[in-house]
Amino acid sequence: MDIVILKDILTVVATIILAPFIGGLLTGIDRKITARMQSRSGPPIFQPFYDLFKLLGKERLIVNQTQMMFVIGHLFFAVAALAMFMLGQDLLMLLFIMAFSSIMLIMGAMSVRSPYSKIGAQREIVQIMAYEPVLILMVVGVFLSTGSFMIRPLFSDMFGFGKPLLYDLPLVFIAFIYVLTIKLRKSPFDFSMSHHAHQELIKGITTEFSGPQLAVIELTHWYELVLFLGLITMFFAQPVWIGILIALICYFFEIVIDNISARMTWKWMLQATWIVGIGVAMTNIIWLYLK
Amino acid sequence: MGLVKKSRMKSPWVLHYDCTSCNGCDIETLACLTPLYDVERFGIINVGNPKHADILVVTGSVNKRNEKVLKNLYNQMPEPKAVVAVGACACTGGIFKDCYNVLGGVDKVLPVDVYVPGCCAKPEAIIDGIMIAVSKLEEKAEAMKAKAHA
Repeated sequence: MDIVILKDILTVVATIILAPFIGGLLTGIDRKITARMQSRSGPPIFQPFYDLFKLLGKERLIVNQTQMMFVIGHLFFAVAALAMFMLGQDLLMLLFIMAFSSIMLIMGAMSVRSPYSKIGAQREIVQIMAYEPVLILMVVGVFLSTGSFMIRPLFSDMFGFGKPLLYDLPLVFIAFIYVLTIKLRKSPFDFSMSHHAHQELIKGITTEFSGPQLAVIELTHWYELVLFLGLITMFFAQPVWIGILIALICYFFEIVIDNISARMTWKWMLQATWIVGIGVAMTNIIWLYLK
Repeated sequence: MGLVKKSRMKSPWVLHYDCTSCNGCDIETLACLTPLYDVERFGIINVGNPKHADILVVTGSVNKRNEKVLKNLYNQMPEPKAVVAVGACACTGGIFKDCYNVLGGVDKVLPVDVYVPGCCAKPEAIIDGIMIAVSKLEEKAEAMKAKAHA
């Protein structure tokens, strides 16, 4: 028993230390690939780390006292969600904690008086409205397929789920990839905080965050990135390396989509995710019921 | 901290503000972002928010109207920060120097670190000016630290 606990603690520590490296490196590769697609030479692969450390070294401009707390909360809940994933915990609870992380960012953006920040926060809320139902349906699908919300059985042979989750949930997976574009902040759904478009309303939510606070938000995004690639892996687990490979392919696919599509309006996005995302996921779940 | 020091040299985020420019220098500044020059290879990002910026790039001469805006933008930028005046107008007031409403170059209002001359300044010269400003950020960071201790 003690060894199991020790192993869990080591897993969490390793996750907290390694995830930012993986996330930052993937973001750097993303920026390089994006640049090459636009026939530019692009920044060095370690550029996200340079940005992070530079922001940490900047002066602290504190707008109000609660703002930093919300930013730290944003990071904390994202790390907690990733740690839960690595420990193979409850998928439904993971989703709630992940939502809490997003809510923290919104609260931070809402806590200041800048109208740009508030508009940005509202747009973030619309995004959550768009992707959250699909994620919930994904969890429902996982439950119908395995009879449990736990993630750990999906990655181990002991419990007798020899086949990948994908065989039962192909359409749910497609819907998940579809809404992942929102979470990864990629076009056509990147209308609150994009990696491009710095001069536009899109950057609104980060208006009042500067220096170390912005660094923490960036760090949180890396943790989230690793978590989402992990969730993709979940569909293809056994063997895990195939899952990781497919997660990376999906990430590349998202980069391609980001580069070939224009940013749409929030109304269009709500329609697109609710009709296509929920529709596709529901079809899969009804099929699982009837099977 | 060597890591922060190195990162500071590698990731200058630029805020571009157009005072009363004729748009010539602005076109050249934005040309730096095109695939031909691609300033992102130096880590330079053209941000739209003074709170995220490290370097303020100003084009055009300062007049009585935009003086306040320029000061406001500069004051909102977190330390360490540098100012680059791009083009003849931003350096001295240029051909608009004697206009009744023009105060002169950017240095009449803000402490300018690098002057990039030319009408308009070439993209290569602008990139060079920004990189010189980056090398000055370190002294400013030292000054910031000394000020914090005092």
